[in-house]
Amino acid sequence: MTDLVNVAFNAEGYMTDPNQWTKELAEILARQEGIDILTPEHWRIIDFCRTSGLASGKAPTLRQITVGTGISIKDLFALYPKGPAKKVAKIAGLGKPEGCV
Amino acid sequence: MKTFLVLGAGTAGTMIARKMASHLDAREWKVVLVDKDEKHYYQPGFLFLPFGMYRAQDVIQPKRKFIPEKVEFIISGIERIEPDASRVKLTNGRTITYDHMVVATGVDIHPEETEGMLDGGWRTNVFDFYTFEGATALGKFLEKWQGGRMVVNVVENPIKCPVAPLELLFLADWWFTKRGMRNKVELVYATPLSGAFTKPIAADALGAILKRKNIHVEPDFNIGMVDAGSNVIRSWDEREIPYDLLVTVPTNMGAEVIGRSGMGDEMNFVAVDKHTLQSQKWENVWVMGDANNIPTSKAGAVIHFQQETVLKNLLAHISGKPITHKFDGHASCYIESGFNKGVLIDFNYDQEPLPGKYPLPVVGPFTLLGETTINHWGKLAFKTLYWNMMLQGIEVPLPNDFSMAGKKTMSSKSPAPQF
Repeated sequence: MTDLVNVAFNAEGYMTDPNQWTKELAEILARQEGIDILTPEHWRIIDFCRTSGLASGKAPTLRQITVGTGISIKDLFALYPKGPAKKVAKIAGLGKPEGCV
Repeated sequence: MKTFLVLGAGTAGTMIARKMASHLDAREWKVVLVDKDEKHYYQPGFLFLPFGMYRAQDVIQPKRKFIPEKVEFIISGIERIEPDASRVKLTNGRTITYDHMVVATGVDIHPEETEGMLDGGWRTNVFDFYTFEGATALGKFLEKWQGGRMVVNVVENPIKCPVAPLELLFLADWWFTKRGMRNKVELVYATPLSGAFTKPIAADALGAILKRKNIHVEPDFNIGMVDAGSNVIRSWDEREIPYDLLVTVPTNMGAEVIGRSGMGDEMNFVAVDKHTLQSQKWENVWVMGDANNIPTSKAGAVIHFQQETVLKNLLAHISGKPITHKFDGHASCYIESGFNKGVLIDFNYDQEPLPGKYPLPVVGPFTLLGETTINHWGKLAFKTLYWNMMLQGIEVPLPNDFSMAGKKTMSSKSPAPQF
């Protein structure tokens, strides 16, 4: 059983240590974001964001996700309604995606 | 004879070419600077064009004026960069082999990236203000406009100067008030960010100013299309915002030659070490200004702060010594807030903008994250500083390294994630 109590989040709800992330945790975080079931399509995006985020130190932007996965922006919004980049970053245990500072 | 090549004669390219030419031994090195355009634009001044505060002569000067004699200046496009062979092919047919190269090719707007943006309304009631032509056309439109809903939209980040859209709104609020028509204009800011700015404390402060000026913010708005037929912008999540006047900040991308040459990411930005600005792939390639992928604002002040690091590291690297200087991501922005006032923010990679005084504690004279008249004068004085000091190689008396002196620390709402 994954325990959220031991996981560190910032005030905006993003995990602060991506090493604490597990697949079970992702499912809990997804439900908090209103996504009840993570389908293989959802996972393809999460996997891409984990790989990209851990390599670069930053959560990928919407454009990086659409280019990197080949999934259209429209479909990304269908899978992760409202804000796909921010939602996936939350579920994937990454920081807030920032295109700029 | 060795060649030090600089691609792009904008702010970064002009400054580093001048510095290198004065530091390298002319018997051993020639410095070559390439750009497709003869005009140098003072880009921060574009903001003032729509409101008649600046004219063409304030923001355009010939590039040659700022390029020293000993730098060879070539006006040509760039066909292809071949960093594996340390070679650049120009569109004028010439091929240049370099020993060291600085890429400073900047960013451009890409309205064609958004569906419908170029249909019908472009420069009729849809304008950009990040080009001289766009800002000038917007000014002509505003002269005759009777009022309605003015929507400012940022398509996606990163963009050159993330505070400029806010400044445009603040100035619009002032300008319409001055003309006695503020009650006929609705001002809306549609942004893909969750608030007015990326960093929490500054977002709160700037958000409060927007609210006070009665400017409505539509956050998390990721534009999917411009429907020019019915004057509506539509987000990917099906939200619609009708407009009478749309001022857009289109997608910003690095130079197309970066993409053609396989040197960039999906937005044509070149990956560099964020502390040294040296390419992560080619040790004789350095990328300055807007062309690189460092996580800080794309702005002239940032270039000013990064040039000393690059200069020292380049000279060390050329003479076979280790690279020791580190750029801390220092950025400083004067934010014009209308009614002859301005806000100043000062920050770096690790420290978000905080309230306080700058550059000296207590005395300032500039106030951080507060609206003052002297901040506004600082903003206007920067044009003179830019043309007469920065581009002429005269030291601007501002510290390069970010300092916490004069800043009021407060607990941040969003600490940087630990990767």
